[in-house]
Amino acid sequence: MTGVAVLTVLLVLLPLVAIFTYLVYKGIGSINLAFLTQTPKPVGEAGGGMANAIVGSMVILAIASSLGVPLGIGAGIFLSEYGRNRYGDMVRFVSDVLNGVPSIVVGIVAYGLVVMRQKHFSALAGGVALAIMMIPTIARTTEQMLLLVPQSTREAAYGLGVSRWRTTLSITVRTATSGIITGVMLAFARVAGETAPLLFTAFGNQFWNWKTDQPTAALSLQIFTYAISPFDEWHRQAWAGALVLIVLIVSAVAAVRIAVRHGTLSGA
Amino acid sequence: MGVGIKVEHLNAFYGKTQALFDVNIVVQANHATALIGPSGCGKSTFIRCLNRMHETIPEARVEGTVHIGDLSVYNGTSATQLRRRVGMVFQKPNPFPTMSIYDNVAAGLKLNGFRKRKQLDEVVEQSLHNAALWDEVKDSLHKKSGASLSGGQQQRLCIARALAVQPEVLLMDEPCSALDPISTGKIEELIFQLKEQYTIVIVTHNMQQAARVAEFTGFFLLGKMIEFDKTEKIFTKPSDKRTEDYVTGRFG
Repeated sequence: MTGVAVLTVLLVLLPLVAIFTYLVYKGIGSINLAFLTQTPKPVGEAGGGMANAIVGSMVILAIASSLGVPLGIGAGIFLSEYGRNRYGDMVRFVSDVLNGVPSIVVGIVAYGLVVMRQKHFSALAGGVALAIMMIPTIARTTEQMLLLVPQSTREAAYGLGVSRWRTTLSITVRTATSGIITGVMLAFARVAGETAPLLFTAFGNQFWNWKTDQPTAALSLQIFTYAISPFDEWHRQAWAGALVLIVLIVSAVAAVRIAVRHGTLSGA
Repeated sequence: MGVGIKVEHLNAFYGKTQALFDVNIVVQANHATALIGPSGCGKSTFIRCLNRMHETIPEARVEGTVHIGDLSVYNGTSATQLRRRVGMVFQKPNPFPTMSIYDNVAAGLKLNGFRKRKQLDEVVEQSLHNAALWDEVKDSLHKKSGASLSGGQQQRLCIARALAVQPEVLLMDEPCSALDPISTGKIEELIFQLKEQYTIVIVTHNMQQAARVAEFTGFFLLGKMIEFDKTEKIFTKPSDKRTEDYVTGRFG
């Protein structure tokens, strides 16, 4: 029995390890200071890098998180604490359907909502697209984590004369914090690598751009463009970009986990 | 100081099911009153009506009047204000799992907006003293979480937490049912001391416990208060046949 368990663990870890080693093998050679600090060079010129795409990805993800995380957690709190009724069931159903909508369709929605109005592609549009994708995952995991908090914990707070909303925020959500963070990080990691919803929202950019209402480069877009190009140099850079993307996602998740672990012990 | 409780014509419902039928009772200030009866007879429902915890259950409702001191519980008092004057200790110890011992005790005050550090320190220490837990936890107030204590310690922590809001009445819903005899003994001793400052209403399955800690005892059966009298009288010369059958162990 133990043997079977160990075997399945190995089978689960194998793809992850394989992907990561292959990425390192293919990508590490092209990672250098220029790659991390320079913008892409024109075709035919050697060198150049993805610095603008790295920053662009961060900007887009920051916009997506600042929209998607509060909305998702808010919806999750509603579903768990106030949504034990038909309206809640409706929200639950809609959110599950939204979770299944293909990411390219979400991109079209953001195109209609933001790009059409602004009249040009932008980091904001990309952020909105990714936020829409984050919301259902965060809402449903937040709901599940809050439901795991025993009723007796809520009653303890009520019994002290603490109001219902205060109990929800300071007791229930706080008790479920680590679970909620897991949900947020899952949603974050999932959208961080998304390409399709950015194709006609953030659009990509060969140059530095610091404005959120202008077309913005993103790592995933850059990898896509470079990978389907006919140039060997660009292929190598695409591998390097993929490696950087994975490292960034893993370090973001790890950083949040460490921060939360220190935060929850220090008290209210 | 504790205050008296007066309950008149109390009926409680869960949806369409009626759980309490016309309960009338007068609880003396600064005494312990025990409520006994078989499982499902409405004792817990009854004390949850005293601090309006009953209505936190969906579709539950209450009829009748309850006075706690000069406060009319179901008329013009908000549930949160009331619960600050009527503390509650639950059947299973339920400390806030993510909070330290200190924060657990201070929770009632902090969450209601009281933030003066020095006074909080004093209240926490005093409450832990009153709950006979201070000596066991004074070195790890901030280091240990409330959930890391033993079951008996957790229950005393919950008592300290309830005392920290400085209530006038303390409701205890089978506070020892999840505890071993030594912890139970400690909590019973505690009830003796707490009577001086608080009015105590305790639900218990253990008739010896009722006899040990309470001056008055009420016997519930099928949602009705069958008999309410001095504890001594309930256990020696009950006036109702059903009470006698129950306390002598012929049923229940």
